Order: sequence, then C-alpha cells, then structure tokens
Amino acid sequence: MLGLMSAGSDAPVQSPPHVVFSARNVTKVYHMGEVDVHALRGVDVELRQGEFLVLLGPSGSGKSTLLNILGGLDVPSGGTVLYRGQDLTRADDTALTLYRRHHVGFVFQFYNLIPSLTARENVALVTDIASDPMAPADALEIVKLGNRLDHFPAQMSGGEQQRVAIARAIAKRPDVLLCDEPTGALDIATGIVVLEAIASVNRELGTTTAVITHNAAVADMADRVVTMADGRISGTRTITDKREPGELVW
Amino acid sequence: MWTQAVAIALVIGAGVAVFVNYRGTFSSLRLTQETYYERYRFADAFASLKRAPLRLEADVAAIPGVAAVQTRVVVDVTLNIEGFAEPVTGRLISIPGVPPPRLNDIFLRRGRYIDPGRPDEVIVNEAFALAHDLDLGDTVDAVINGRLVSLRIVGVGLSPEYVYSIRPGDLIPDDARFGILWVERRLLGSAFNMEGGFNDVTLDILPGATVEAVLTALDRVLEPYGGLGAIPRARQISHWSIDNELAGLQGAGFVIPVIFLLVAAFLLNVVLTRIVSVQREQIAALKALGYANRTLGWHYTKWALAVAVAGTAAGIVGGILLGRSMTSLYNDYFRFPILVHTTPPGVLLQAAAISVVAAIVGAVDAVRRVVTLPPAEAMRPAAPARYRPSLVERAGLGRLLSPSARMTARNLERAGWRTALSVIGIGFSAAMLIVGLFGLDAVDELLYLQFSVAQRQDMTVTFFEPVSPGAQYDLAHLPGVLSVEPGRSVPARLRSGHRAREVVIQGVEAAPTLRRIVDTEGAIVDVPPAGLMLSWSLAEILAVEPGDVVIAEVLVGRRPVRTLVVERLIDEYMGTSAYMDAEALYALMGEGPVLSRAELKVDPSEIARLYAAVKLTPAIAGATLKGAAVESFEETFAQNINILIFFNVFFAGIIAFGVVYNAARVSLSERSRELASLRVLGFSRGEIGTILLGELAVITALAIPVGIALGFVLAWFVVLAFSSELYRFPFVISRWTIGVASATVIVAATISGAVVYRRLRHLNLVEVLKTRE
Repeated sequence: MLGLMSAGSDAPVQSPPHVVFSARNVTKVYHMGEVDVHALRGVDVELRQGEFLVLLGPSGSGKSTLLNILGGLDVPSGGTVLYRGQDLTRADDTALTLYRRHHVGFVFQFYNLIPSLTARENVALVTDIASDPMAPADALEIVKLGNRLDHFPAQMSGGEQQRVAIARAIAKRPDVLLCDEPTGALDIATGIVVLEAIASVNRELGTTTAVITHNAAVADMADRVVTMADGRISGTRTITDKREPGELVW
Repeated sequence: MWTQAVAIALVIGAGVAVFVNYRGTFSSLRLTQETYYERYRFADAFASLKRAPLRLEADVAAIPGVAAVQTRVVVDVTLNIEGFAEPVTGRLISIPGVPPPRLNDIFLRRGRYIDPGRPDEVIVNEAFALAHDLDLGDTVDAVINGRLVSLRIVGVGLSPEYVYSIRPGDLIPDDARFGILWVERRLLGSAFNMEGGFNDVTLDILPGATVEAVLTALDRVLEPYGGLGAIPRARQISHWSIDNELAGLQGAGFVIPVIFLLVAAFLLNVVLTRIVSVQREQIAALKALGYANRTLGWHYTKWALAVAVAGTAAGIVGGILLGRSMTSLYNDYFRFPILVHTTPPGVLLQAAAISVVAAIVGAVDAVRRVVTLPPAEAMRPAAPARYRPSLVERAGLGRLLSPSARMTARNLERAGWRTALSVIGIGFSAAMLIVGLFGLDAVDELLYLQFSVAQRQDMTVTFFEPVSPGAQYDLAHLPGVLSVEPGRSVPARLRSGHRAREVVIQGVEAAPTLRRIVDTEGAIVDVPPAGLMLSWSLAEILAVEPGDVVIAEVLVGRRPVRTLVVERLIDEYMGTSAYMDAEALYALMGEGPVLSRAELKVDPSEIARLYAAVKLTPAIAGATLKGAAVESFEETFAQNINILIFFNVFFAGIIAFGVVYNAARVSLSERSRELASLRVLGFSRGEIGTILLGELAVITALAIPVGIALGFVLAWFVVLAFSSELYRFPFVISRWTIGVASATVIVAATISGAVVYRRLRHLNLVEVLKTRE
C-alpha cells in the first residue's frame, strides 16, 4: 500500500526483517506564535514484530507525539521513520491515509467511538474499508463483548466503550496496534479489563503493540519499556518477568 | 465563526433591504400620489352619459355632498400619426379655454396651455408623445366625422386621471396606440353634437359625505340623459392600478422581510446554542469565579446584536439603492410629474427595530442555557448523546444503508427540530422564488387565454353608435378582411335586491369563431339561449346564483328594464362580465341585429391598405390590433423580467446559502471529533466529506418539495390577496418556475457545501482527538 507514496521516493531501505518501525533522529517542533515547542528532540527507537512496548513518561515528554508520528497522524520536522523499510516522512496525505487504513489500529484515551452507531456498526465502519478484515462480531468476541453488539456507546460503560474501540482497531487485522493512554479515563478495575483485552490481542494475534501511559505499573506487562522525558528517550529496559494485567498493582 | 456571522448578517441584510426597498417605494409612491391628486384636484367620482345640456351642471352641483363639478366632452376617435401605419385611438377630452380645469388639472411638462382662440391646439399626454417621438409644434390628425382634422401640439402634459394609461376593457396598456389629447371644448362641441352639452361629468365630494349616496343621486340626475352609471375614484382604472400596486408593496414589504428575519433568528439560535455548548466549561469557570448571569447572558446577546447591526447597515444601504431602481422602473408604468424615491427615517428605525427583535429572539435560547447552567455540572463531561435506529431502519430498510448512511439518518433524526427547521428554512428560499416568479406564469397564462384561445381576431373595430347589420358586409369588403364577426355590447345596470352594478352585457352570436368565451380552464363556454351568464365575481357582488333573477336596467337606446334569469355562471379571470345570446339581447333591446363592434380576421399583406381605409371610415370610433398590443406589452415587460428574476434568485439564494452553510458549519463543529476519528481509521478526506455533506444533501433534498409546497401555499394567498372585481390573478406555476426554484436551492447548497468542505483540510486530527468532547 505504501507503494502509493509520492513520486520520486527512494527504493525501500533494507531493515532487519523483525523490525516493524525504525525511527532515527526524529524531531518535532510546534510553532505556537512566537514560541517554538520542541516536542521531540532527536528520538531513536525501534519496534519489533509481535512485541508489546510501553512508552512511559510524564505529561509533555513527547510520547504521544512519537506515537502519532508512528501512526501516520503527524509528520516529523526532521529525521526518518521507516515502517517495514518504507519512509513515512516522505508520504503524502493520501499515502498516510492508506497506511492507517490498512496497517494501523489506534486506541485513544477517550475511545472516540461514533455515538450514532452501535458497537457492531462502529467495528463495521473499519471492516467495510479493510482488505482482509475479520467479522465485526468476531472482533467484539475477542474483547468479550459478543453480547453487546447492538448497543450504542451511550448505553455502555467506559470500559465497554474502550473495548469496542479495541475491537474496532483490531478488526482490520492491523500490523500494529497503537494505544494512547487507553486506561486514562477509567477506574482501576475497568482499566485492568481493558489491558487484558490489549494483552490478549498481542498474544493471540501477534499484533505489534505500543501503549502510552504515565502509569509506571502498566510497564510490568510489557516486553520492553521505553522511558521518555523532555522530548528524548531517557531509558530503555527489557522486562524479563512479564506480568498479566490482573497482577498489576497501582 | 466570522463566516457564519457574515452568512447570518447577509440573511438579515436581505430582509432589511426588502423591507426598506418596499416600504420606501410604497412611501414614495403614496406621497407622490396624494400630493399629485391634491394639487391637481383629482376627482372623487366619474360618470359618462349620452348627452345632457350644460344647465344640468347646476342640478349636479346641488346634490348634497358635492363640493365641485366639472362637465366635459370626452370622445374616442381614430388618430392618424405620420409614419405610423396602424390606426391609433385618441381620447379627446375637453378643457376650458381659460385654465385651469376645475377638476383633473393638467401638469404641463413642457409647452403651454391651449389658446382659447385656437380650437386646433392640443396638449398630449407625455407617454403618447414619447411613444411617437412627438414634440411641440408637431401635428396629429384626428378622424372627426370622416374628415382628417389636423391638431397641433402646443403642450405635453400629465393628468392624475391617466397616471396609468389604459383603455377600459383592455388587458394591457399600449401608449403607442392610446393617447390622451386635451382640446378646447368648441372643437368637440360642433363635431359631436355637444354644443351646449356634455357627455362626461366628474365630481369632488365633500369630506364626510357618503360616496354611495352621492353616486346614487348623480345616477338619478343623469338617467334621463343616458347616464351609464357613476363610479367612485376607487374603481377608476388608473387609481385602482396604483392602489393595487401599493397594496402589493405593503403586503410584500411585510411578509418577505418577516420570512428572512425568522430564518435569521433560527440561524442565530443554532449557532449560539452550539457556541454555548462548546464553551460550557469556560462559562462554568466564569460563574465559579463570580461572574453574574446577566454579564454572561449579555455577552452572547451582544454577538447576536452585532450580527444584526452589521446586517441592518448593509440592508439599509442595499434597500435604498434598490428602492431608487424600483422607483425608476415604476416610471415606465406610472406617469407622475415627479417620482422620486425617498426613504422616511421612520422606515429605517422600523428596520433596525425588527432586526434587533430578530437578534434577541435568536439569542434567547442560548442565553437561557447560559443562565440555567449550574457551574458544577459544566465541569463534568456532558451526558452522552442518545441515539436509536432511524425511521428508515425501523421500517426494515436498514440493510440498504451503509454505516455512514446510518450515521446521517440517525443524526438527522436525533436533532429532529433542528433538521425540520433547516428544511423549512431552505424551503422558504424555494417558496420565495416561486412567489416572486409565478407572476410571470400568471401573465403568460392570461395572455395565452385572452389572446390565443378567447380572441382569435386580428382587429377589433368599434362604432360610435350601433350600426345596421349591413355594416358587416361593408367591413367584409374592406381591403384584406377575410372574415367578420359582429358583436353587440350594451351597458346596463344589474340589480339584485339592494345590490347593483353597472356592467356591459355582451351579446354573443351562436358558435363564434373569432371572439369566444373562455373560462379559467381554457374551455370554450357557450352562452345559454335565454337569460344571462355572469362571471363568478359579478355573481358574488350581486349575491346571485343560477336560477336567481336580476333586474336589468339598460342604459342606452330605449333603456328597457327587464327581469332576467341568471342561467349560468362562468369562472373568468377578467372583470365582471355578463353575457347573453345575441338574439335574446336584440329582443331585450327591442331592436334588430345591430352591431356595436366587429371582430375581423385580416390578410397580413393587405394590412396597410386596411389601416388607411379604417382610419377614414366615419362610423368607426376605434380599431385595436391584437398582435401589436401584445407585442408592445411583451417588449416592455421583457425589459423588466430579467431584473425581476435576478433579484428574486439572488435573495432566495441568500436564504438557501445562509441556512445550508450554517447547518454545515454547526454540523462540522459537532462532528469534528467523529470525522477526525474516521480519518484516523483510514477514511480519506473525500469519504468524510461525503458523510458531512450527506446530511446537508438530505436536508436540501427534503427542502425542495417542502419549499415547492410552501411556495404553492404562499402563491395561493397572493392570488387571494390580489383578486378583485376588476381581475383575478391566475393561480398557475410553471415547470420553469419550479425548476428555477429547485436549481437555486441546489446551487446555493452546493456552493456552501463546497466552502465547508474546504475546511476539512484544516481538521487537526491530533488536536481534536486528544481533548474530551
């Protein structure tokens, strides 16, 4: 799909086969009137096939900006971002739209479901335009909402809405699942249910998953944790004794 | 937000412009009319008669309630204008040798009054002079008693009696073929056996006197002298035409601005309630800080007032400019000495007042929401919107709808009132166009029925006095005449109980081919062999139905009085008509088959010779040419049609654009989160554009039939409002009119949709999705 990038793009760069994303010296500057905000100040990071990555850091550390760039929602001011060897930074709006359509699943803090559509219809929105989707009912079954297919968002709790958002994100069988503070608006118990759904998607479908959070406890369920501060990566560690979401304590 | 403010201000401005234009023009026309009438002593009553001696003037003056009397000789003759082949009708009106005339004075545009020693001097009316490029010193030949009498123009003038110059009975004015000439009495006296006599009288009635009583007394005085029935000023054709126009301006000057301002109030309501909804948290924070409801409410009211002020200012300027154009257009139809557009300050104040009221009405709901918003509640997320399957889905057709289509259907249904009012608002655009343009269809219908179906003749010839049947054969022998159809018309007063009306009873030959009686459906109607056939409007005036009897007091000849049965009624557009079988009419009159007019079918190649022959035939009072009259009317009308269409489309387009644009902007604001979500999911800009604009397309599609239905209803009211005994407006709306109305709405909606679509380019996905709704 990324072959639809603008004319004049270079031939794909060779990357190790298990690397899904490769970001090199990525910077992002927002020009807010007379003030320049440096959201990213030269970030180098990789995401590998099938891994569960947690991006940890306080507000303003640049983690959402990085996720948005990886997800094709935003373009960096400098540096390169390769998705399976294809340079996202040279893609035009049409190419990025197609990239998101076929390769990326997004989950947001405030769910962003379409309020006028039922759970099944929200998922069908995506499966109708995907090339190899699963059935909406199957996606909702994965997140254990098979009995809420025809309910509207207003009839569901926050946790249920977030699980519908996850089902919508995975129904297209994306290569990557990007989650921006998926439990930020939820209480502890509900948050754990949502994290369990994300973990099962990563485990059972093998989807490369990146989760942003400011909650350090969530890091324990990851394969790898990347810590960010002030627009830079301040640390990376591999988790050897991964925990299940139900075992997390915060 | 400023573009929405501009769109709403445009709607207000359009309403104010129409208000200022119509009210200003009304005011100008009314003031000019009143001043003109007063200064030039326009009479209050008019009566024609066969002939009465001058001494009768004293008897007329003695009628209680009469303030002044003017007797005249008025005769229609054929004129021969150099360089103009067709015969022209000239109305010769006597004026005293020493000016001014006691009543119906003449405004001299240029030249001078006639010299009493020169009976060949005339003053002509300005419209006629312009039509034939006549100037002072030119001559006009009048056929008087079979001779050409040369009349020299010494003055060009205007009279309050002929502000709208049209021959009674004609459908349309024709300044080239009907002129007014004021001449010294002596010329008419000797030529028409009027020495020491008069055949026309006008009265000034004292304020407070009962007009009907004066007219009844006048009829009694004139009856022995062939009185044809007195009419009040209200039924004098020129005055009636102006009053009709004034009534139209007054009505339209109220209804149309009200529609615009209602739509503007609705738009303000939608926009302001959306703003309040988006700014809930800020409002709550300000309340928590101690800001009073009054202050917060005034903030939003100010926004509405600012929009109204901007719109009013633009509307006033536009209205004054439009008023000047409209007034100058009126100069083509109404001949006043001076017709200048003025805009009374009162009109401007009223315009400002109604805009302010519309702004406050539009803001009141938003202000109420601000005032009743509890600060704590505003800090919490708003309750989620509740949706349910739409009507289409509940009807079992849900399978046919994609998820996007379901979003559209459910959103429209959820905001049901707003959707309905948007549909009605856009519908008003189409309705206004239909009301503005159907007048053209009505005129087309009238012309078609009158001049293609009813009247198949090329020329109508009228005689000074009824002539013997032999005249029919004389006419048939004139050059170029292919066929002749005789006609007899008899002025009479029809009476039923205390109701009476002067009419002309038309005698109709069996199976006429050239002049037929046609109803509003275009069907040819036969007269009954005995009794009367009346038009519905006349029957209404006399309060009679088929089977009832009326007393017919014939006003000419032996003036028989008979009881006649109303056999049939006919639905007609023109006038108060009465018809009888020709033979029955001859029997009523106690006469043989005489002619008062004849319809001719003519060979076009011989027309010039026919004209020449007609001009010189002494018995012929006038000859009117159907084709030429229609052509002349259509020429004048056509000049003004395009302006009329342009302004109607422009104003209607403003409403459609305003409603659709605001609906689109509010929808974009409400659904930016949804649309951003869809972009994140991989929907292209085009695809989300379709979802956003799909709602607007549905609203527009619904609005068109609603608007057409509204247009029909409003047009029907216009027809009712303008119906009078002189004529009725056909209720006919052509496909072209409906097409223009629909197309205007579609184009305006498409333009606003395109403008809003461009905004999707600036949809900041990251910004929208990060924040809570």
